[in-house]
Amino acid sequence: MEQLRKQYRRTTIVLFLLFVIAELLSLRYGAVDISTDEIFSSLKKWFSSTNDMSLNEQIFLELRVPRALLCLVVGATLAVGGVLMQALFRNPIVEPGLVGTSSGAAFGAALYFVLSASLKFNLGEWVLPMVACAGGLFATYLVFTLSKSKQTGKSSISALLLTGIAINALFSSGVGFCTFTARDSQARSITYWTLGTLSGANWHALTIIGTTTLVCIVVALRYAKHLNALMIGEDDAQFLGVNVKRLKLIVLLINVIMVAVATSFVGVISFVGLIVPHLLRILNGSDNRYLIRNGALLGAILLSIADLVSRVIVRPGELPIGIVTSFVGVPVFIILLRKKNYYF
Amino acid sequence: MEQRKHYKGTTFFLLLLLIVTALCSMYFGGVDLTIDEIVAAIQKRFTSPEDMSLNERIFIEIRLPRALLCLLVGASLAVGGVLMQALFRNPIVEPGLVGVSSGAAFGAAVYFVVGAMYNYQGGEWSLPLAACAGGILASAIVFTISRSKETGKSSIVSLLLTGIAVNALFLSGVGYLSFIAHNPQLRDITFWCLGNLSGANWNRIIILGITTIACIAIALRYSKHLNALMIGEEEAQFLGVNIKRLKLIILAINVILVAVATAFVGIISFVGLIVPHLLRFINGSDNRFLILNGALLGAILLSAADIVARLLLRPAELPIGVVTSLIGVPVFIILLRTKNHYF
Amino acid sequence: MLSAKNITYKIGNKILLDDVSINFEAGKLNIIIGPNGAGKSTLVKVICNQIKPQIGSVSYNNKNIQEFSIAELACIRSVLSQNIELAFPLKVIEVVMMGRYPHYTGKPGQKDEKACEEAMRFFDVWDMADRDYMTLSGGEKQRVHFARVISQIWYPVPNSCRYLILDEPLTFLDVRYQFDFMHKVMELLQSKDMVVIGVVHDLNLAAKFADNISLLHMGKLLAGGTKNEVLTKENIKTAYRLEPVIVEQKEKNSMYLFFD
Repeated sequence: MEQLRKQYRRTTIVLFLLFVIAELLSLRYGAVDISTDEIFSSLKKWFSSTNDMSLNEQIFLELRVPRALLCLVVGATLAVGGVLMQALFRNPIVEPGLVGTSSGAAFGAALYFVLSASLKFNLGEWVLPMVACAGGLFATYLVFTLSKSKQTGKSSISALLLTGIAINALFSSGVGFCTFTARDSQARSITYWTLGTLSGANWHALTIIGTTTLVCIVVALRYAKHLNALMIGEDDAQFLGVNVKRLKLIVLLINVIMVAVATSFVGVISFVGLIVPHLLRILNGSDNRYLIRNGALLGAILLSIADLVSRVIVRPGELPIGIVTSFVGVPVFIILLRKKNYYF
Repeated sequence: MEQRKHYKGTTFFLLLLLIVTALCSMYFGGVDLTIDEIVAAIQKRFTSPEDMSLNERIFIEIRLPRALLCLLVGASLAVGGVLMQALFRNPIVEPGLVGVSSGAAFGAAVYFVVGAMYNYQGGEWSLPLAACAGGILASAIVFTISRSKETGKSSIVSLLLTGIAVNALFLSGVGYLSFIAHNPQLRDITFWCLGNLSGANWNRIIILGITTIACIAIALRYSKHLNALMIGEEEAQFLGVNIKRLKLIILAINVILVAVATAFVGIISFVGLIVPHLLRFINGSDNRFLILNGALLGAILLSAADIVARLLLRPAELPIGVVTSLIGVPVFIILLRTKNHYF
Repeated sequence: MLSAKNITYKIGNKILLDDVSINFEAGKLNIIIGPNGAGKSTLVKVICNQIKPQIGSVSYNNKNIQEFSIAELACIRSVLSQNIELAFPLKVIEVVMMGRYPHYTGKPGQKDEKACEEAMRFFDVWDMADRDYMTLSGGEKQRVHFARVISQIWYPVPNSCRYLILDEPLTFLDVRYQFDFMHKVMELLQSKDMVVIGVVHDLNLAAKFADNISLLHMGKLLAGGTKNEVLTKENIKTAYRLEPVIVEQKEKNSMYLFFD
């Protein structure tokens, strides 16, 4: 046990170091490279609240820092969501968006793009995230209600899974319909949004996502043990004292909140939640406590690196983040998959 | 074996439904044809193909191939879904899982973007060829990578996970191409990814017909082995199933079915996922009947969706991918809710 | 003590358990036998509170099972079920540590680790602690699960018995490990607060080890008591529709059943 824990801890330390490096790089490089001196001076000026900042210093404080932090929390959110959902559904190809959250959010966003263009209204920066979030919550609510059995009032795991994929298909085709009716520029907005974009980072968005992420991860850690017990089956988990019905509800709730909030600010970033849990399982093992903790770190690292690449590779332009996450993540994943004998 | 009667009853019922939908799909469309015109068109096709009226021509050249295309593509996708869900023993697996459809989408996207860049016009066969090549390339990558170094075998889990990873890679490739594409190409890519049946013609029908029928016939021969797989890989081996060969054959059939269908019509995603479950709700999980009835139900679902897609915004057309979900999801959820003991 | 009173359970019109009453006493080995479809698994499910009987009640420590929360019950009662499959890869030690889940929040304490180690040593699986569970043989997996369920009730609970419910525990074991396991269970029964209930198919094992046998047949309790009261020619014939040859060695108080 001690040895095992050491292994887990070693991974955490390595990941933490990587995480710090990734964050520093992502702060320093971008459309404009910012020198270490500028970083320090801007921080100093910020603390002393002087207003005579240079352009680079302003870029750093107003754009670079919020964006780096946004990457961090969104990556952590998606990865932890993936861990939770794969553990709950006991299915290795489940994504955090399975219960309808991200397709609902995408539909909300698509509706917003199409309607706001045809009705010519412009309601400020908060409307898009709110509409997306509402779409995500609505789709998830539909999945819950429809999967509930008439007789017992409970949703079985398989009913949730199947209702989830059906509702996802419905909302995805809704997005398809919106794209179909949209003009070219709106169609482009929809496409970009469904590929994820982190350029909308600001301190307000960050505060909101940061709070939900932190709270949800802390709650999730408390239920890690219960999710472990679920690995040997629902009945046997119950024999180990787990209230499975409540566990389902709480874990799904945490996941929905995290994914809905993150998605509504940055769009759909799909691969992180699926891949990070597997990467960690291949490295060490399947203890969910460790998966949640290190998943948050690894998700943050993966998204930060992907974001860095997306900003640097076509400077001064930017690639959608969803494209880059796969390009960064897939090779790592496949190499690890081939190295270790990973089967179950 | 009371059960067999149930299965047969379902087959019979589906066959009737198929005939009705196929007839409707020939009858309605951008222009509604009369029965007389249809009969006359068929007669003239064999006697005097030169002096056909416009409506008769529409029937022979457009309506009939399109109806047949719907049937074949629907059957292909549904059978692909049955095979893959049986092989992976996972209810949320789609026929495109091993990279076929994302690879095909990538091939198509490359064709659109690169073709536009170099002003290349390659005739009607370039797009299907590019898509088919992309699909087969992606599946080949999945197979090669998922093979274990030591044993040379691909375990189901590593196939599943490699499939997901390669899918993600190719989809982000499509994303990248949409990103650099100009608006008209972006629109082409988007529509192709929502499915499009308007490219139906007789040459395509022949190719698709041959692959679909051959693959379904082979699949039927292996349905017993897939049934054995339901109780586990090792147990199936004890029942005399050569698992390694079974995997290879099933995957090959699926790749051919899906790659060819996708090459002609683009991505139609929901059919392969939903049809196997619909049939399991109705009767049971015997793969022989799932394949047989799946082919019928897939054909029905896609034909019905196509009719709706053509009629709803007449004379314009909705992308078929939008309509399949709109029709399929409510049916699926109603059935899911009426049956309560589902595996 | 665990007692089931007047348990009747039916699905639709089909009666699976019909007015079954059994007292399972502490310090004794209680074994449930019966032919396939007699209602053994249903009875175990009722006792474990997985299903609620239409009539009748189950009580632990003279307290109705409905008054326990899932978590409270898990602290005094562990269950070994059949055919456990793991959804994701785990190390053996992690599987056994699950047995301690009801007893700690956050990280496992020293007491929990000690319980795991002792339970694993007890069942000879300590050497495999760091192995991958998926690589074990069927018998090894079974012993790992023994260690898991025993670690769950490793320490005595104040003012309560500890309950161990085993649903066909011997399936994957060879003869040596079957006997080994039964002897270990007898060893556990030295502590007088242990209530052990087992479903077993092997009548000879039941005859050799059980203090109290309950024979179920068509949802009814056909006979209950010591082996001499239950394992009679008539009872076996009624339940299994096979005529047994019973050999008794009075001086050793042992009995063997053969079927011809």
